[in-house]
Amino acid sequence: MKLLRELTDNAGDFAATVGGVTLFLGRVLGQVPRALMRPSLVIDQIHNAGALSLVIIMTCGLFVGAVLGLQGYDLLLRFGSEDALGTAAALALIKELGPVITALLFAGRAGTALASEIGLMRATDQLTAMEMMAVDPIRRVIATRFLGGLIAMPLLTIIFIAIGIFGVQVVGVQLMGVDSASFWSQMRSSVDFDDIFEGLLKGCVFGFACSLIAVYEGYTAEPTAEGVGRATTRTVVISAVLTLMLDYMLTALLL
Amino acid sequence: MVSAVSTDVSAAQRSTAAESLIEIRDVSYSVGGRSIFSGLNLSIPRGRITALMGPSGTGKTTLLRLITGQIKPTSGTILFDGINVSSLKTRDLFALRRRMGMLFQNGALLTDMSVFENVAFPLREHTDLPECLIRNIVLTKLQAVGLRGAAQLMPAELSGGMNRRVALARTMATDPEVLIYDEPFTGLDPISMGMIVRLVRHMNSALGITSIVVSHDVKELSELSDTSYIIAGGKVAASGELKNLKGHQSDIVNQFVNGLPDGPVPFHYPAADYYQQLLGSEA
Repeated sequence: MKLLRELTDNAGDFAATVGGVTLFLGRVLGQVPRALMRPSLVIDQIHNAGALSLVIIMTCGLFVGAVLGLQGYDLLLRFGSEDALGTAAALALIKELGPVITALLFAGRAGTALASEIGLMRATDQLTAMEMMAVDPIRRVIATRFLGGLIAMPLLTIIFIAIGIFGVQVVGVQLMGVDSASFWSQMRSSVDFDDIFEGLLKGCVFGFACSLIAVYEGYTAEPTAEGVGRATTRTVVISAVLTLMLDYMLTALLL
Repeated sequence: MVSAVSTDVSAAQRSTAAESLIEIRDVSYSVGGRSIFSGLNLSIPRGRITALMGPSGTGKTTLLRLITGQIKPTSGTILFDGINVSSLKTRDLFALRRRMGMLFQNGALLTDMSVFENVAFPLREHTDLPECLIRNIVLTKLQAVGLRGAAQLMPAELSGGMNRRVALARTMATDPEVLIYDEPFTGLDPISMGMIVRLVRHMNSALGITSIVVSHDVKELSELSDTSYIIAGGKVAASGELKNLKGHQSDIVNQFVNGLPDGPVPFHYPAADYYQQLLGSEA
């Protein structure tokens, strides 16, 4: 009986959270057109979420590509088809690893920064002060940051994939001796527009989800040091789980 | 938008509003089953400095949040210039708030902007003024609080007193009709406190701004305020000129005004018997 009550309570909490996020999303989307009329604010947030994440994205992209080159070469060598390394690595990066790892890194770097910044603004009355100055914080703070993340994520995904392919090439071609012409020509002939579309679509969807989670958690954070810390942690955990769930759904849908 | 709303207000309400800018009528407010106010009545006269005082936890800041429409009362009416604040839609409420300015206890400066940008913030958000005019207004307001030289500093580089003076300059930037100060003297050294008192008095006398000051500082407020309300037990315990309240018949007012350590507001938070707790094992 106790278990049943706990399950009912948890289901109720979950439904309330989903409802809260949906209403919040509605408010944010309602302010997006007005936020777009102040492009300088959105560009600032693209810089904060995107440009400031570049180092971590590029570094991780390079090493993910390098590992993929080593593992891919070892695996393909067993079948005598190491020339297909370019194709295999490019498809893996474009369709899966690029968007997913970029989203996980984005949640860890930009998502936590967004959630803690907004949470601290709440805790130090900055959002209330804006409301008292008749400035809607959803428009001025939330919608601009949401848009910044939404635009930055696909761009970061493209950069991650490009650097990742460079990493595969360095290891596969330069170190392991895969033929350069085969590497590039097979990649070009096998990767088509649908694959790139899938990768970019995932980048956009993950960007939407991770940015929404970050701004929601920050905006609804309890205005205490502990509350901001909890919101930051929840941002990473929920974004990671949601990214992997959405990845499965999108993959199943697009296959 | 506000004028459209105000047309709904009755003539009787308007005549009262002419004398007092803010009317609080029979307001009750509860949160989490705990009653903060029950049947609170008070009025804030136009163009005067009104002090809201009371023991800690009595709901003074909550009252400010009710007046500014941040929260809605459980029952009762709050009228700002005849307009029922709690019935306003967001857009109308924002239009009304452009007539108010609020100085927060911690300043609440936007930490990613310089002092200059903080003061310019409401002007940039609400007006299409050219940059040169915004610059002049900001410098004028900063000059008024003595911080023109700190225009390019960031909030993290300011002391507590400077932080609050910048916040005051930002509040003044749009020339509001009413200025609300939430604990403006807390944590200030005597020089900064004297400066804030002088500024509040100056803005009231020179610009005719209605001021509401929430504070515990009986000495400063007795010099500053025209009228005072002491709130206790969810109601107005006493009102009038603060200097006349020193010999008030109410024990709680006496305790508060004279700063007595014990009285109706106990020094000790309710707890189990002291000796039994010391001898027992529970914390």
